[in-house]
Amino acid sequence: MTTFMLSDTTAGKISAQLTHLRHQMGAPAVGMVLTLVVMCEERHQYDALRAATEAAREHPSRIIVVINREVEEPIRLDAELRIGESTPGEVVVLRLYGELTRHADSVVSPLLLPDTPVVVWWPGKAPEAPSKDPVGALAQRRITDARGFDNVGIQSLVTRAKGYARGDTDLAWARLTPWRSLLAAAFDQPVGKVHEGVVEAVAGNPSAPLLAAWLSERLGAPVRVSDSPGPGLTAVRLKLEDGELSVSREDARLATLSRPGQPDRNVALARRHTSELLAEELRRLDPDEIYESAVKRFARSYKG
Amino acid sequence: MTDPAAPAEEAATVAAAVAGTATTLEVEAANPLRDPRDKRLPRVAGPCVMVLFGVTGDLAKRKLLPAIYDLGNRGLLPPGFSLVGFARRDWKDQDFAKLTHDAVKAHARTPFREEVWKQICEGIHFVPGEFSDDGAFDALAMALSEIDETRGTGGNYAFYLSVPPKFFPKVVNQLKRTGLADAPEGSWRRVVIEKPFGHDLQSAHELNEITTSAFPESSIFRIDHYLGKETVQNIMALRFANNLYEPIWNRGFVDHVQITMAEDIGIGGRAGYYDGIGAARDVIQNHLLQLLALVAMEDPTSFEASALRREKEKVLQAVRLPDNLALNTARGQYAAGWQGGEKVVGYLQEDGISRESTTETYAAIKLEIANRRWAGVPFYLRTGKRLGRRVTEVAVVFQRAPHLPFSKDDTEILGQNALVVRVQPDEGVTVRFGSKVPGTAMEVRDVSMDFAYGESFLESSPEAYERLLLDVMIGDPPLFPHQREVELSWKILDPIEQFWTTQRQPEPYESGSWGPPSADAMMARDGRVWRRL
Repeated sequence: MTTFMLSDTTAGKISAQLTHLRHQMGAPAVGMVLTLVVMCEERHQYDALRAATEAAREHPSRIIVVINREVEEPIRLDAELRIGESTPGEVVVLRLYGELTRHADSVVSPLLLPDTPVVVWWPGKAPEAPSKDPVGALAQRRITDARGFDNVGIQSLVTRAKGYARGDTDLAWARLTPWRSLLAAAFDQPVGKVHEGVVEAVAGNPSAPLLAAWLSERLGAPVRVSDSPGPGLTAVRLKLEDGELSVSREDARLATLSRPGQPDRNVALARRHTSELLAEELRRLDPDEIYESAVKRFARSYKG
Repeated sequence: MTDPAAPAEEAATVAAAVAGTATTLEVEAANPLRDPRDKRLPRVAGPCVMVLFGVTGDLAKRKLLPAIYDLGNRGLLPPGFSLVGFARRDWKDQDFAKLTHDAVKAHARTPFREEVWKQICEGIHFVPGEFSDDGAFDALAMALSEIDETRGTGGNYAFYLSVPPKFFPKVVNQLKRTGLADAPEGSWRRVVIEKPFGHDLQSAHELNEITTSAFPESSIFRIDHYLGKETVQNIMALRFANNLYEPIWNRGFVDHVQITMAEDIGIGGRAGYYDGIGAARDVIQNHLLQLLALVAMEDPTSFEASALRREKEKVLQAVRLPDNLALNTARGQYAAGWQGGEKVVGYLQEDGISRESTTETYAAIKLEIANRRWAGVPFYLRTGKRLGRRVTEVAVVFQRAPHLPFSKDDTEILGQNALVVRVQPDEGVTVRFGSKVPGTAMEVRDVSMDFAYGESFLESSPEAYERLLLDVMIGDPPLFPHQREVELSWKILDPIEQFWTTQRQPEPYESGSWGPPSADAMMARDGRVWRRL
């Protein structure tokens, strides 16, 4: 792996240096399929970059990490370029100082790969309307993470619904895919009318209300959220005409599916790493309308 | 943003249809949680049991059992999924579980996870017995109905016959006798068979009589694992989701097409099967003719099985053999030599092969397709063992530019443009075209533009068997050849095989080379050469 540091630089010099490094490694051709921009704080940088590079094993990308540093300092742009075996694509870590922190788009935009999709990911706090953010506006896909808002994750979803634009998604939604997939598989055999339901999760888990909103939207029945000791989501219970259909998971790995008149069955349902969530997001770059209706339904019913 | 993205979206939709990941309308109507727009939800098979005959075989250990685990690891196995092994071993469930565990550890594509293994392990059963033993099949029927009780599999069974074809009749008759082949209302029974589907038209027909006597055609899944490969499915995406290639995909621009499957290995331990069958029956009849059909067919009206098969059948029906088979086919047999730095024996010296065997290990044939799109464009098919290296590809070679405004010297080393679909290894697409060599002179030379799957979609290619097993459980047949395609392929090959039986010993070729001289001579007569691979 080659690492190259540039201090007090410009986007043009970074671009030239990237080309130079590629040629030096004897691989001037690039097979990268998208640009992934990671907008994060210094403290999130290591984990976010790790997840992004792992996701890039499935979707070779140019990864641009943008870290805003002190606004009070003089204007400066520092860059760290990494090309090599651990990453199939390229990594550029940008650190912005001074007034430049408000104009990150001016640095990012010339570094985007031409004519390929752009995805922006905020692992921590995200702007109120991601699509109106100068960097967010460059992207087809904007990924937020309600969990990055720590204890106000659930409230952040209300903001997401208000500022929603086509192409927005949230990792809190991606975390639900295995659950939704298992529930959908259970419904492939007719189950009849669902009267009401409950989603059980550790208090403050932002995925739980999204799952409840999706279920009540699709099933036309009230589904509420109740607290459990965790970890994460622990159960979905749906009341049917002739009993209860439930998926419960206590150890964050193996779930049990029960339905009336049938034996209980175990199904692997492990929590997934951020890199897997990110890879799932990058697999489909078209607007996620199901997410849109779920997050908007949740916001309508949210009572602070 | 939506406007420029629209064509990309459309392409994505077509590609999704090719990949078959979209949920079908019927399922959506019945299931309130499914929505065709919800692309995150994968297709998951309904509750079912897979019954595997021939669990101790190489295919089961190397491919099938690992593929089942990989499906589980990707969350694609239904809750309650059960796996039943049947073999002539005095085994208990645990012994089969151990075999599966070892096979998974050794050959699975995805990392081993305890919770996934636990899910699969709970559903593993073993029934010992011989195919002629009525008692064993009665025990199997009882075991299956018990599994329905304890695992909620609802009477849905897929029978995978990973056994030599001579056992097919026995197994199928047993399934018929025990009533396992008849699906009660609201459930399904499917049978999966592996190639070879007979060794000529008549035997293929007989084999089909046996299977259709127990199972309806829609429940028979003939596995040609090549069709499960991502690159093969990508031929359809390449042709029908793009606008770039279709206008030139015809006799007006294409000079000829070469379809190659080369293997570097010999017959290994397959002497018993291979001798008397040969390269053409083993590879051309199924893999290469299927590739030809996908490359040459017209666009299907949809990616439904019936539409796709109809187009493939049409093109196979249009295939014409050359009049003079002596000049337009070639066959060879590998002789001793050096292959990749190893000294190897010739075919006639292999264990279990008669010294006078006339079985060919190399076959090349020239075909034409009599329709408006392809009239006059030859399709050259070749396959062989102990060739220089392992490679499977489809090369569409284009005509030379009608006029070159350069001097003859400038374009002396310029070849023909070509589009190559690399099926394996190093899956991808290569386009070869002329480019100016930097310098003051106008010198034009061939360069390659490469798309490698491994570069753009790393690690995401599932094994062919994963895809095909999932399709069997879902009941989605587009990637499985229909009996009509099998019979059409034999109709193409049978006259060539008959002609070859009148010939003497196949021409020997040195191991590690690219086949017998007669194959090169066959191309040279047409003023063409085989691509150097």
